[in-house]
Amino acid sequence: MCRLIILAAVALGMLASPASPAGTIRPILMKDIAFAPKQVTVHVGDTLEWANQDIVAHTATAKDKSWEVNVLPGKNGRVVMKAAGTFDYICRYHPNMTGEIIIEP
Amino acid sequence: MSKLPVTLLGACLCLAPYGAMAQQAAKLTDPQIAHIAYTAGQIDIQAAELALKQSKNKEVKAFANDMVRDHKAVNEKALALVKKLNVKPEDNDTSRQLTQQAGAKRKELSTLKGAAFDKAYAQNEVAFHQQVNSALQNTLIPNASNGELKDLLSTGLKIFQGHEQHAEHLVQSLPARTGAVH
Repeated sequence: MCRLIILAAVALGMLASPASPAGTIRPILMKDIAFAPKQVTVHVGDTLEWANQDIVAHTATAKDKSWEVNVLPGKNGRVVMKAAGTFDYICRYHPNMTGEIIIEP
Repeated sequence: MSKLPVTLLGACLCLAPYGAMAQQAAKLTDPQIAHIAYTAGQIDIQAAELALKQSKNKEVKAFANDMVRDHKAVNEKALALVKKLNVKPEDNDTSRQLTQQAGAKRKELSTLKGAAFDKAYAQNEVAFHQQVNSALQNTLIPNASNGELKDLLSTGLKIFQGHEQHAEHLVQSLPARTGAVH
């Protein structure tokens, strides 16, 4: 009985969540030496996909070094977000490019 | 384009040439502006190539590789643009002074070795990008007439502002200078 209540609560919680289901791909542009949008909120299990529209290579590098992707001009790069938290990130080559990823459970 | 060794563009722009450049600003044409920007890019590529030859530091080499890759990319775009616009970049007093100063700075840096070279190169990269960015922001971009050239210079400015920050991080990560080692 107790297990059923927990399962129901979890199911209701998922239904009530306004965010997209886990496994969604969220695009972020690297354009004009900036990340757009600058702040993105996703869930654990979602994939972030950076599309580099600039003439130079960029990285998306978590400041805590927990993830990084290198993206050549005209190419895309993906990272699956595996842990909840708030991550400030930069391009290592151009640290004036900054962004924030919020990963909800 | 002849080989343009490492230089402190700041020296070129802050000393007599900078005053001259400010005075000349109204006279600079797009072909001259394009040539100045291209020359600055070539100078930094030459600096990076010297660093790749002289340095054994992993971070310094990585930074130098970044500079070669980015400045080549920007200069390739610049060449494509002047070709499209059917204009020929023009050598001028400012670009000639840049080239001249580059020779002196390259000679100075090439006498350094090890940590002394690494620190001097990184500090030069900070100063170089500061001055390039200042010249782009205050002189070259405002005086460019063609919209596409102005856009490319503006993109270059953002890229080089990134390089400036990157170079500052590199300087901070290296041990303090203890004097030149010849």
